[in-house]
Amino acid sequence: MGCLIFRKKEQAYVEKCWKDVQVGDFVQLQCNETIPADILLLYSSDQNGTCHLETANLDGETNLKQRQVVTGFFHQSSEFHPEFFQNTIVCEMPNNDLNKFKGYVTICLPCKLQKVSNIVCCNVAQSNFHKIQGIQREQPDSKKIGFSSENLLLRGCTIRNTEVAIGIVIYAGHETKAMLNNSGPRYKRSKIERRMNMDIFFCVGLLFIMCLIGALGHGIWNGSFSEHPPYNVPDVNGYYLSSALAGFYMFLTMIILLQVLIPISLYVSIELVKLGQVFLIHNDIDLYDEERDFPIQCRALNITEDLGQIQHIFSDKTGTLTENKMVFRRCTINGNEFSHQENAKRLETHKDMDLEDADWAKCQQAIFPAIEIEKQATLKQKSAKPLRRCQSARAHVPGHARKRSLGRCDSSQSQVAFSSTIEKDVTPDSRLLRKVRDAALQMESLSPFTSKATFSSTTATTDFFLALAICNTVVVSTATEPRQRVTAPPLMKPSGISLERIHQLFQRLKLANLSQSFSSTQSRSDLGASFETEDNKENPAAPNSCDKDDDNNGGGRIVVHRKDSTGTHNTSLDEAFESVTQGSLQAEFCYEAESPDEAALVHAARAYSFTLVSRTPEQVTVRLPQGTLLTFDILYTLGFDSVRKRMSVVVRHPLTNEIIVYTKGADSVIMDLLEDPARDGIDVEKKLRRIHAKTQKHLDCYARDGLRTLCIAKKVLSEEDFEKWANFRQEAEAAIDNRDELLMETAQHLETKLTLLGATGIEDRLQDGVPDTIAALREAGIQIWVLTGDKQETAVNIAYSCKLLDQRDTVFTINTENKETCESLLDLTLEEVRKNCGIKKSKWTFFGIGLPSSLPASTGPVPEFGLVIDGKTLNIVFQGELERKFLELTKYCRSVLCCRATPLQKSKVVKLVRRQLNVMTLSIGDGANDVSMIQVADIGIGISGQEGMQAVMASDFAISRFKHLKKLLLVHGHWCYSRLAKMVIYYFYKNVNYVNLLFWYQFFCGFSGATMIDYWQMIFFNLFFTSLPPIIFGVLDRDVSAETLLSLPELYKKGQNSEIYKLSTFIIAMLDAFYQSLVCFFVPYFTYEGSDIDVFTFGTPINTISLLTILLHQALEIKTWTLFHWITMIGSVVLYLFISTVYNAVCVVCNPPTNPYWIMENQMSDPRFYLLCFIAPVLALLPRYFVLALQGTFVACPILKAQQLDKLPKEQRDLEIHLWRTKNQATLGTSSVCVDEVNLSTSNVCLSPFLHPTASAISHDNLGLSPQDTNPRREWILNRESQYSIRRQTEEETTSASSSVTASPWQYQFLTDRNASPGQFTGQLTDGCAERLNRGSHRRSVSAVTL
Amino acid sequence: MTSKSREDAQHPPSRCPDNSAFKQQKLSAWQPELTPASVLSGFILIGVFCLTMGVCLILSARSVKEVQINYSDKCLNCSKLRENSSNWNTECLCSADFKLEEKIQGDVFMYYSLQNFYQNHRRYVMSRSNAQLLGRNTDIRNSNCAPFSTYRNGTPMAPCGAIANSMFNDTISLFYYTNLSTAIQVPLLKTGNSWWTDKYVKFHNPTSHNLTSAFAGTARPPYWQKPAYLLDEENERNNGYINDDFIIWMRVSAFHTFRNLHRRLSRTEQFADGLPAGNYTFHIFYNFPVSRFKGKKYLILSTVVWCGGSSLFLGIAYTVSGAVVMLAGFIITAIHLKLKKRKTYFQR
Repeated sequence: MGCLIFRKKEQAYVEKCWKDVQVGDFVQLQCNETIPADILLLYSSDQNGTCHLETANLDGETNLKQRQVVTGFFHQSSEFHPEFFQNTIVCEMPNNDLNKFKGYVTICLPCKLQKVSNIVCCNVAQSNFHKIQGIQREQPDSKKIGFSSENLLLRGCTIRNTEVAIGIVIYAGHETKAMLNNSGPRYKRSKIERRMNMDIFFCVGLLFIMCLIGALGHGIWNGSFSEHPPYNVPDVNGYYLSSALAGFYMFLTMIILLQVLIPISLYVSIELVKLGQVFLIHNDIDLYDEERDFPIQCRALNITEDLGQIQHIFSDKTGTLTENKMVFRRCTINGNEFSHQENAKRLETHKDMDLEDADWAKCQQAIFPAIEIEKQATLKQKSAKPLRRCQSARAHVPGHARKRSLGRCDSSQSQVAFSSTIEKDVTPDSRLLRKVRDAALQMESLSPFTSKATFSSTTATTDFFLALAICNTVVVSTATEPRQRVTAPPLMKPSGISLERIHQLFQRLKLANLSQSFSSTQSRSDLGASFETEDNKENPAAPNSCDKDDDNNGGGRIVVHRKDSTGTHNTSLDEAFESVTQGSLQAEFCYEAESPDEAALVHAARAYSFTLVSRTPEQVTVRLPQGTLLTFDILYTLGFDSVRKRMSVVVRHPLTNEIIVYTKGADSVIMDLLEDPARDGIDVEKKLRRIHAKTQKHLDCYARDGLRTLCIAKKVLSEEDFEKWANFRQEAEAAIDNRDELLMETAQHLETKLTLLGATGIEDRLQDGVPDTIAALREAGIQIWVLTGDKQETAVNIAYSCKLLDQRDTVFTINTENKETCESLLDLTLEEVRKNCGIKKSKWTFFGIGLPSSLPASTGPVPEFGLVIDGKTLNIVFQGELERKFLELTKYCRSVLCCRATPLQKSKVVKLVRRQLNVMTLSIGDGANDVSMIQVADIGIGISGQEGMQAVMASDFAISRFKHLKKLLLVHGHWCYSRLAKMVIYYFYKNVNYVNLLFWYQFFCGFSGATMIDYWQMIFFNLFFTSLPPIIFGVLDRDVSAETLLSLPELYKKGQNSEIYKLSTFIIAMLDAFYQSLVCFFVPYFTYEGSDIDVFTFGTPINTISLLTILLHQALEIKTWTLFHWITMIGSVVLYLFISTVYNAVCVVCNPPTNPYWIMENQMSDPRFYLLCFIAPVLALLPRYFVLALQGTFVACPILKAQQLDKLPKEQRDLEIHLWRTKNQATLGTSSVCVDEVNLSTSNVCLSPFLHPTASAISHDNLGLSPQDTNPRREWILNRESQYSIRRQTEEETTSASSSVTASPWQYQFLTDRNASPGQFTGQLTDGCAERLNRGSHRRSVSAVTL
Repeated sequence: MTSKSREDAQHPPSRCPDNSAFKQQKLSAWQPELTPASVLSGFILIGVFCLTMGVCLILSARSVKEVQINYSDKCLNCSKLRENSSNWNTECLCSADFKLEEKIQGDVFMYYSLQNFYQNHRRYVMSRSNAQLLGRNTDIRNSNCAPFSTYRNGTPMAPCGAIANSMFNDTISLFYYTNLSTAIQVPLLKTGNSWWTDKYVKFHNPTSHNLTSAFAGTARPPYWQKPAYLLDEENERNNGYINDDFIIWMRVSAFHTFRNLHRRLSRTEQFADGLPAGNYTFHIFYNFPVSRFKGKKYLILSTVVWCGGSSLFLGIAYTVSGAVVMLAGFIITAIHLKLKKRKTYFQR
């Protein structure tokens, strides 16, 4: 690839290759060009001296990033002349941190123009800095200008939106940050290989023993002669060796002779086989994602077989289990819930459309109001043209991941991050929409007069949507120019309709509205309370819809209501809006956000006609529903960080001139920062408290539905306060030391005493096929843990919805910050679980670590447990050395959820499980936060989702959907494992078998190291004659068909328990090899004993026999004979005969001491040869075949059973599989029948026990009625009532004291808090067993639990 | 062309894998089926075949007639004499009598057999020069022959190497007593005993107008009593390197106890049907020492059949394995019959 580099000879930019770019070169970059090296930006054609980058190649983020020209060099007026650049650049040594870069330029004040001898690069030793000089001597009167990563253009990124940029190369080639980050795939060693290496040591030992026997034998044999016999040849000088020395030499000779025992060829074959396996996995059409045109990527080539041995899966939640397509679902404003039923319906249909790949516009026609159709039409027209541009712009981006087929690009938004149609289009809630319109009108009419914000629902609504539109870092671009940032508000007026006209129109409408339907539509009363009652009256279902599970019912009502209201009264209003929206639809905006939530919120705001039109660092323009463009001056933007968990913008309102802080953040944080309501009057306080409580309730309910919640709040600042704060902030920004802390402090200082506006619920939809996949994987005996940074409630709900937790499972929740508590909680739970599992305690506590692989089987019949633990508790576990207890507990649990876990904790958990339990782990994730976890696990799987490529880069396998994991593990994993394991075993067998032939001969040749086989034949034997069948076997053999493997996940357990390649199978293979080699050697030996046969004539039948035996042995292993198998098998024999014949016929003296001339031919004319070639393999393989035949005809193990199933016709097979599965479940069921006899009738009634405390109680019946439990059922009913009360109490507590952990109503909980622990201990232990609680031995349970 | 490329640009090649049987691992395949029927029929077939084969082999091996005489024991005095290597030049004649109870019909072969002579010793096997034996004029000092390549004075040995040096050099003749007093020599053929390829491909005398000049400048190996070109003075074409006895000796034996074909009966006159019953005697010029390595020497008269010599092993192996295979088949059948009622796995 070429780029433009300044050459001082030509005084111009010359096209050069990337490889010729050197440090110190000046590079001119054009728009859409890929950056060839790390370049310090010195000039940009942009007015502001900025340059836009797309960094998708580097970090996968699809939004545009802004880079700044180095401060001193920004002269917009003048062109940049490299020949005048006479400065010294000092910067860091090359490193791989993409986000950190520091350095300075020493600018020499006007000095003589001097031909720059271009650029010297040297390392300044002390400072460890990298220095680039434009001139030789440093000027004393120079000044230093610092620069940072803000000024650096990184290699691999693409210049966007900037005509020309010029910079100086700082790092080139392999020193660039992109290259340093690309460490390549990490070398992992698979479990089989680790095992294999151990067995190779065994082989080394065997070799040593054999050599020792040879050496001793030779020594003794040598010493047995009193006189040197004629066949004992002296050395060259005619001297004879002493016995001891001869023995020693023989040892070395034997090593050379028998070294084939160490299967070097095995390593080569394994590599080849894995290559083949990877090829086949890569080409699996089932693992190909059509939507993204993304087949599975196997980045690691050497751990395919590990896929078949996974025992633990650690999964990320967001983007892995879910789609990470954030869809705005619901919101609550000022304590009023808007459930957005239409939106929910739309999402439903969308889901179907996703599947059927239908033309979505058609469907939307049916659902959307007329406005929307118009919109679509215009959009569609426009989308065709820009598309080509995108494509061509992308065409020369090398290896870009997002090539799409044209059909799928039919909206250009697909090019832009987080803007699938499903996220973009939000169907507004009719109730809210009307409210918004009114609010907007009011704002329009009132804003000039109201200087102080009164607390009203209308302004809150407006503010809420303004906050959604403003409080973000979304970059706006237009549909026509998808990559071009809109920085200035469009100059056009809302077409045709002047603002005044709209104003008039609205005034008119307002009046009409008021008169027509005051009672049925919203009141514009300032009092939120009265509004609320109105609202409730109007649609009583809506606010309570969280508590009662009758959403559908309510939804139906809303729709009806909406129809008649809009249909009869609001036609004129709609008309007006239509005209407005049509007029303003000249540009369709694309929003590029760093996180999908932000985009979803902006789109949501747009649905309510609060359209974000443009954004610059200084200004943000929003179009209001009426079409007015409001331009806010952005005073400050306090970006999101994971510590604060919120972001804020400080803007000046253009109408009121107020300084407003809009904050958006996690509910837990925002709720704590709210203004203390007690400050104002008692009325206001009451109202505020109620709003808070309601909002909290809604938030809980959102979380329960698996929505991601964000709270929106605002704060009005007085000028003075702002001035004060701004100074403070500037100081902080200017600070050099601990700048970050200061910035954080200032941010925290500002974000206090907020006024709650509302909250949003964003749905992160579950990916296709996730529950099915999880169920299958679990059936395969894999333990699945979810490690997420998300909230506990959300995580648990996702866990329920993806069948990770079953409704009947007992879920333990451990949240604590205190070590002792944590320990005792763990002990307690452990004890409980143990008792229920009915497993003898001693069995598990011998080593702390039991037999993990056998665990799933042993816990089968007992009730299932789930464990939920949060990040803080995990920290305690790690710090307090409670890992063992934790792990022991998790061993009993069907699934474990770690919420609020940091990336480090995720990797720690994986490491802990991997190391301590010694199990095979798999991590799957999609984001940068999963990278550490992916790297730590035995297998890391990256999901190439929305969050960039880091996870994929770190992974061993990259898939596009979670559901692909099922086939990857159950089918490919199983195949790869069984193929490779069998192949490894076979190789060991093969080598031992063959080498032993030579060894046995030593007993008959005085341990002299003689061979009866010509050594070319020996080399060929391993190299050609017996190498291909195992490789073909390793690549192609499939013991069970993919369909059967998928429908019978339990077949996976074979690989999990390493049943094919373990010590016993290895020993059996070794013994078999010994036996077979004995047969192969001694049958010919006894046949020819005492005859006139010569050495190599004796070797030929042996060689042939062992070849046949070894190949037939392989043939017994092969379960499917494809054409390739036949060809290689028969081909190997034919090749052997052919090569041997030719070699023996051609070579008279080619192999000096030995001379195999015509031996093969001679042998082939001897009937004894054929007799031997028949009887020896038959005898050698008889035991193995006998055992196989016995196994095969009696079908002992599931794999064989499955193989037989494969041969049945399809219908019958399905039937058999079904029977098999039901039989298995039946055996499980009978053993657990003691658990639930009584509650069978009740459990099917309560589908969602977390909504009903009664149900949760029933779910605990599972436990309570375990055999040793003597509690009669009546007591449980009593308990249920008391649980009610406790739960109520819990809710009361949590709402009043927001600092305590939120009670999660999805499970019945014992709040074990109270006075027992004076610290911040908040332990929640969920359990249903009254026995434990009544025992009363534990202080905490006594004090806390009152049943 | 251009339109096509433009089309390509618009439709970037899909990365969708081919839906071919190979790539989707759905190649049609034969899956061996281990049903009781197929397994048992296999066992029975192989068993029957092996048993019949074994019986045939045993019968044919039994038809081989063989006479074996340990003449190193019979010629103890000569053995003793040869123990002392200083007596190498002393001639020692000995005779071994034996009686054939019944005649040996067909082609009769005379073997000499050595016991405990490790011809398969690695260093021994290597100690030869194939190139020299092929008649090429090679420098044998760099061959594997050392230390039996040259004499101290540099004269190369012809043939070189330990194998050639230790060649079996007893001279044996067989006499048949037509009556108690008169013995006639049994006509034995010296040639045609070795492999044809050995005689005509692997071994050649150096080219020269006559054999003596061909071996000029070389010396006999130290243990030899006469040079290579005098191995068979009667027959020019059985001399030098292409002497049959020499060729046979150079084909090193696989085991430390072995036999080598020495002579075969010339079926003329009264020996046209083979050897008639009666008294025979071997006249042996005892040269080859065996007592040094506790070896024994035998002379064997034997016939051959299609499956080799008198060894019964192959026949027994076939019979036994046939029986074992049958037994295995019966065991499987027995287990099947016993478990038939309990077998529930597919049948509901």
